[in-house]
Parts: sequence; C-alpha cells; structure tokens
Amino acid sequence: MEGAPPLLEALDLYIRFGGVVAAAGISLQVYPGELLAIIGPNGAGKTTFLNLCTGYLRPERGRVLLEGKEITGLPPRAIARMGVARAFQIPQLFTEHTVEENLLLALAARKGFWKWSYLRDDSRRQRARDLLALLGLENLISVPVAEAPEGVRKLLDVAMALALEPKLLLLDEPTSGVSSEEKFRVMDTLVRALKTQGVTTVFVEHDMEVVRRYADRVAVWAEGRILAEGKPQEVLANPKVLASVVGVEE
Amino acid sequence: MRQGSLLLLLIATVLALLPLFFPWLGFVFTLALAKGLAALGIALLLRGGLVSFGHGLYFGAGAYAVAFTLRSVPLDTVWLLLLAVLTGLALGLLAGLFLSRYRGIFFAMLNLAFSMVFYALLAKFYHVTGGTDGIRVPTPTLLGLTLDRTLFGEALFYLALLLTLLLGWGLTRFLRTPVGEALAALRTNEVRLEYLGIPVRRVILLVYVISAGLASLGGGLAGVAVGHVVPELAFWVTSGEFVYIAILGGIGGVPGPFLGALAYELIRTFAFKYLAFTWQLLLGATMLLVIFFLPGGLWTLLGERRLRGRRATAP
Repeated sequence: MEGAPPLLEALDLYIRFGGVVAAAGISLQVYPGELLAIIGPNGAGKTTFLNLCTGYLRPERGRVLLEGKEITGLPPRAIARMGVARAFQIPQLFTEHTVEENLLLALAARKGFWKWSYLRDDSRRQRARDLLALLGLENLISVPVAEAPEGVRKLLDVAMALALEPKLLLLDEPTSGVSSEEKFRVMDTLVRALKTQGVTTVFVEHDMEVVRRYADRVAVWAEGRILAEGKPQEVLANPKVLASVVGVEE
Repeated sequence: MRQGSLLLLLIATVLALLPLFFPWLGFVFTLALAKGLAALGIALLLRGGLVSFGHGLYFGAGAYAVAFTLRSVPLDTVWLLLLAVLTGLALGLLAGLFLSRYRGIFFAMLNLAFSMVFYALLAKFYHVTGGTDGIRVPTPTLLGLTLDRTLFGEALFYLALLLTLLLGWGLTRFLRTPVGEALAALRTNEVRLEYLGIPVRRVILLVYVISAGLASLGGGLAGVAVGHVVPELAFWVTSGEFVYIAILGGIGGVPGPFLGALAYELIRTFAFKYLAFTWQLLLGATMLLVIFFLPGGLWTLLGERRLRGRRATAP
C-alpha cells in the first residue's frame, strides 16, 4: 500500500497513434498488495497503458519501472519473466486444448519449460488442479476451451496469469462479455483468489458497481490523461469524473 | 501397451517381413522411410502452423553430404548418415536463425527461396557437383561389412526401419514435453505464449533445426539407397512432395508422415506401372479423397480404429 515503494511506476508515458494521443504523459504508481481500478470512456487509453506496461507497445517518451528497474521497451516475454502477468479483454487461450492443458502450459512456462519431461507430470497436474479449484473451475478440467462459456474462459485466462506466480497482475475488463448475473460471481471468485495469492492487481473496468465494490484505489482516464485518482467512494462522487466516465453529472 | 502402439508395432512387423517375400519392396520402403523422415520434419512445423516449401534443401544437402564424403573418404553407412544429420542441423540452424522471425506465407516462400538457391548451385557448379548429371554414390560399408549392392539395399532397409522406430519414439516423447506442446499451442495463440514468458522464436528455431536434421537424414538415406544424387533432390517439386506426404499421412502423430510416405510410394510405384501417363492424376485424386473424408490424414484411420476398439470394450 501507499507508503511502501511502488511496485510499478509509470513516468510521463507518451504515445500516439496517428493524430490520436493515447497516453499524454501518464504518471502512475502501483503499490504492493493493492487492487487498483482504471476506469474511463472508450478510447481513453486504458488498454494502451497496459500495453505499454507489458511491452506490447514502446512509448515515444517516458519510462516504466518495476521495483525500481527499468522495463521500458522490453518484449512481453521478458516482462512476464520479471513478474508481470496479464489477462485480456478477449481471453487469450489455446483453443485446441482443454482447460487443464492450457493451465499446464502456463505452469510449465513458469518452471521446467525446457526440461525433457512430460507436460502432464503428476506434480504439475496437482498444481493445476489446486489453481483451478481456487477459481472454482475444478470440475471443468477436461473441457475443451473452445466449448467453455465466456465466464469460464475469463477465469481460465486469469488462472494462466496466476500460474506464473506474478508480482503484478494486469486485468483488462475481467467482467466484459460476462452476463450481469455471472459478473459478481466471477469477481468474487477472482478477488478471493488474488487476495489468497497476495497478488498486486491493476484492472481496467467499465462497471462502476464492480469498481465500488472491489477496488482499493481508482484512477480515471480521459483522452490519454489521468483525470482523477484516489479512493473509489471519493473519486466516483466527483462530478467531473461522472461526466467523463458515465456521460452524465449526478 | 496401448492399442495404438500395438497396431503400429504390427505395421512395423509387416513392413519388416514383406521384403523377405517381395525383395523389391525393400527399396520402395527404404525410399518411403527416407521421404517419411523429411515429411515428419514438415509435419512438426505444420503442428506449429508453419509450412515449409523448401525442405528439399535439407534433403538434397544430406544426400550430397554423403556423396561428397564418399568421393574422398570411404566412411561406413552409419557415420555417413550421422554426417547427413549434422549437415542438416548446421544448415537448419543457419537458416532458422533468420527464418524463425517469419510466419505464414513469408516463412513458406523464404524456405522455397533458400532451397531454389541451393538447387541452382548444385545444377550450375558442374565441376564440383556434377551439374544436372549429379554424382554417383558408391556402395559404402554397413557396420564394417562390405556387401554387394542387393544385400546392402536389404540391410539398409532394416537400418532405416530401426532408425525410424527410434526417432519416432523419441519424437513422440518430445511432442509431450512442454516445448512440444507449446508447438501445438503456437498455431492457435502466439500472443499468449509470449505473455507466458515463452521465447517463441527459440521454440520455432529448435523445431526447425530438428526438422532440417530429419530431412537431411532422409536425404542421406535416399542417397545411399539409390546410389546416385541429383539436384532434383533439392528442387521445389521434391519439397512439395514432402508437404503432400505430411498432409496425406496427417500431422496428428509421429507415425502419420510415415504412413503417408508409404502410401505415396506405393501409389506412385503401382500407378507408374499401370497408369504411366496419368499417375499424377491418381495422386491428386487420393489427396482429394483424404481432404474430404479424412481431413486429419491417413493417421486418423488408426485413431478411428482405436476409438472403435475402446467403445467395443467399454462397459
């Protein structure tokens, strides 16, 4: 939490796509143990920020530090190996594999990838079962991913990120595409797993109710800038924020 | 032992026995196994969603490595084949360092381009390579024994079969390792592999080098089996043949390309005899039938049988 040195620090990040400035000098600190929500209208640059932090995009200006070490411009795999994992708005899974096989690959990526041993070795399978149980997916082990419902795919995407035992997890709209009945179940499961694993998390979210209920801190994006930052109750009561994010002033 | 493995063992036994009754089949099977090795290399790449139209380069390189060596040093067949593999691994590493950056049509066409450069070198440097006439490959010793051509051909088939079984076993294991499984995952989602921290290019390079080694071994085997090497071994049509065989046999399992190669060589041999001017028509029709009715290749016939067997024995 604040007071401790930041786990991730973005300093004056700037990038544009043609005439659109997606990050116009973004500076943000993420502190260990917190659950930071990023909100903002479509096109505000929220996903771009995640892309900059994970090496998918290289900023034209600015730096990204992880535990004080420069990670700007490193490729995604190098940043992943340093402890930053990511789950996507559209789950990025291996669609020709089962739920278990997806997770086994993620676990092998963390440890023993180059070893001459079966992917399905007993210890790895046990770890996969534990992780799936943590996310309530233990009954879906042998389900082909292509046949799994969206809520399951979302959770599996997160499970694969958690399998890397990350220091920092970046989630892009964890409840998008999930039905409103499923939404809170998914978030309850997710947040419980994150707290159990003690993973610092940044999540992009559109649903204000989800942000109010789960986030420790919130940062509001608008046109590539941070409009406001602070406790959800305070920030979401700010008329400027409401006008920007929801489109109306309460 | 699993039913599938038993079935494969049965096929291998039949293959081993048939030349005892029909000696001419030994040569056909040796060539089929040689091409099967190259097609297996192609199949490995296809598992990762990569197609190469240039593995004739490695097939030709393996064959010429054997031919050049025998011109100056009378090495034993086992060492010659090892040399062919090393040639393929070295060339594969060199080309793979560059090619592993590319995907899709660029990967396929760059492979083709490399192989055609090699083909042109073989065809044009007459004084070194014998040009389009090629080079004669004298019969080498086999495990220290000097054999006449007929006996050598028969013994070579059993050596090829043994090598195929050993490599098939090793590669089946490899495909179940995390790297092997990542190869299949590469076809569906390279982005996720990167975000898992997996060095995708290194995986592709490793598999490419293995595939080049397999193709070169196949080339070396074909070189000593035929007793003559020509630039056509590196021509694009040869590379296309390997892709054809891999798809015909199927990429779902290691035996697939070998089944494809056996079917291909048998169809070609018989069609060439009985349909001399339309044998390609038969090959084309076979491929169409496979695509329509066995999209997973001939390999799935074994899978189907296995499934039927399981259902039949299920309580």
